[in-house]
Amino acid sequence: MRNWIIGIAALSGSLNALGQSSLGSITGNMEATFQYLNNDSLIGATQPTEKGLLNSYMNVFYTNGHFKAGARVESYLPRIQGYPNRFDGTGIGMRYVGYTNDYVDVTLGNFYEQFGSGMIFRAYEDRSLGYDNTVDGARLILRPYKGVQLKGIYGIQRYSFEGGRVVGAAGITRGFDGELHLNSLLPRLDSSGFDITLGGSFVSKYQKDDREDLVLPENVGSYGGRFQVRYKKFDLKAEYIHKENDPSVDNGFIYNPGHAALINFGYSRKGFGFALSAKSVDNMSYRADRDKELQDAFINYLPALNKTHSYNLVATLYPYATRPVGEIAYQAEVLYTIAKEKTRRGKYGIPINVNFSTAYMPMQHTSGINPADSSGITYIGRPFDMSDSLMWRDINANISYKFNKSLSVTLAYYNITLNNDVSRVTEDAVGLINANIAVAEIGWKINKKHNLRTELQALFVEKDKGNWATVVLEYTISPGWFFGLIDQYNYGNHNPDHRLHHVYGSIGWIKDATRLTINYGRQRAGLFCVGGVCRVVPASNGLTLSFTQSF
Amino acid sequence: MKKIALLFIGLALTTLSIAQEEGSVKQLPEVTLKDMDGKTVKTNKLGFEGPVVISFWATWCAPCKRELNTIHETYEDWQAETGVNIVAISIDDQKTMDQVPVYVNGKGWDYLVLMDPNGDFKRAMGVNNVPHTFLVDAAGNIVYSHNSYAPGDEEKLYEEIKKLAKK
Repeated sequence: MRNWIIGIAALSGSLNALGQSSLGSITGNMEATFQYLNNDSLIGATQPTEKGLLNSYMNVFYTNGHFKAGARVESYLPRIQGYPNRFDGTGIGMRYVGYTNDYVDVTLGNFYEQFGSGMIFRAYEDRSLGYDNTVDGARLILRPYKGVQLKGIYGIQRYSFEGGRVVGAAGITRGFDGELHLNSLLPRLDSSGFDITLGGSFVSKYQKDDREDLVLPENVGSYGGRFQVRYKKFDLKAEYIHKENDPSVDNGFIYNPGHAALINFGYSRKGFGFALSAKSVDNMSYRADRDKELQDAFINYLPALNKTHSYNLVATLYPYATRPVGEIAYQAEVLYTIAKEKTRRGKYGIPINVNFSTAYMPMQHTSGINPADSSGITYIGRPFDMSDSLMWRDINANISYKFNKSLSVTLAYYNITLNNDVSRVTEDAVGLINANIAVAEIGWKINKKHNLRTELQALFVEKDKGNWATVVLEYTISPGWFFGLIDQYNYGNHNPDHRLHHVYGSIGWIKDATRLTINYGRQRAGLFCVGGVCRVVPASNGLTLSFTQSF
Repeated sequence: MKKIALLFIGLALTTLSIAQEEGSVKQLPEVTLKDMDGKTVKTNKLGFEGPVVISFWATWCAPCKRELNTIHETYEDWQAETGVNIVAISIDDQKTMDQVPVYVNGKGWDYLVLMDPNGDFKRAMGVNNVPHTFLVDAAGNIVYSHNSYAPGDEEKLYEEIKKLAKK
């Protein structure tokens, strides 16, 4: 203890002596969320035995010239509702040191990284979900020539945080990735109008075979390639990943290989753009521990091909996340803005957005396959070979109209179909759930600083909990104050006793990079999703205080 | 290992206190990102001469889009009067990344848009949640930042930009 206090004193002394120019730069942020919850038997909310719950963390990043270092302290006393319930204690959540210059970037300790689209490897964090699969080990990035980038990673991924310590996954993750921007190497290519990038990755995990009844592969490799071609305003990119046999809890310990493929084609110019995407996934759950489930110990990330919605009823009742064991999915997105010169008043453009997405179960060919034979292969799956079993479909459109400087309206419509037997979001329905949702949003800028925003939302569904209506009122006084009120009313519940109002109020104070919010009220159980990763958050009734600070 | 980590936190905090005492300022960290055309851009070498606004946003973040759409209406005037440039950092990950050029061009934004799909720059800048906007002077020092967006916030931001432009 005393040693390192002396060490810091000596270091800070020497830093003082170095003078201001070499002090380096510190950035970081912190967030604390406190909950005091009550019992509310009507919505199934219970008071935790501790009554109060507190999550907090602080990141501190230091850079000085080519040197960098950083750490995060995390604390769960205990964790707030919706977080993995094994998180507890206070301690170091991550720390690293590193060195960077124009052609090398080396990190020891924790790092976050992504290869290609992430379908082979993605270590990232989402603190609002409690998701963090950071790698603890070593990373080297080399940029030896302009347009060439090589990455190597080696380490153990984070699985949990218990008793104030990070718990690592059972396996070791290692891999490398190369990317080549052809135009940088061959400048002549520029004159053809084409811009081409090529890439390839290899990732492998090691986990001891701990089963006596099975012969499990201890090293499981995965590899693939990608390209991106741009021509004028067109953009085409694709990636294909193959995974070797990887028996796991997810796939029921079968010895099938797996694949993931993603293709995107887009075009955009001023005032108009579209994007088309296609994805095929089979047996592609890839984890640093074959015995883990849910969102734990993932090595890769399989993006869901659907729009991330932000209106409350659309985003939280029937969301969709990728099914890693298999799906074929397609998406189309179009945005067109009627130029202001073409509108009647000629003052503001009118944006119109249409989006479509769908996902089906893949076809699994079993003819000529004996699932009981020694190969352990139970079916044949081919890329983009889909069955007629629908898992998800979303057709939505929205249009915004600005009347004048102070008044604007957005209208939106959504038709969502979700297969609750495969992608379970509720215990109160079986089969396909079809919901229609209409939203009207009105923005009224009262004067320079005061603004009132209103959302009226209605959701119509026959199954599950029946119809919902939601009203959102948001009054802001720039730049410091925020007042919000939301009422979610389940007026169509098949059980008259459950036709409840869920009223939730918020007051926020913002000063530069500081934000303090106080929330009180009732929240229904639901799925909280960020970027296609979802966590079930139980119903609650009570007080939530949150504080965020950046520095 | 834990001791080493504590040492670094201690070191960082000590440095922070010194930095504040001597009035040293926060500089833009160096992170390598790509723009919408796939060109590599270093965040500490953006290549602009005047003040720069760095605004973190995502296609799924309604207040972020309100902020950048509002500024878009007056951006020409802002540029003419102060020489400011706006850099919109999209934190969309692979799920929604391909909708970024559709949105940006569909709306006709004239900002430099950089992609931060794994949150590297977001983390380095200490951003908790979006929208979060930073104002950077010509020397790369961060002089103002604001979390969240309410209509009218853009005027406070513009006042801060004008203060920089006068210097």
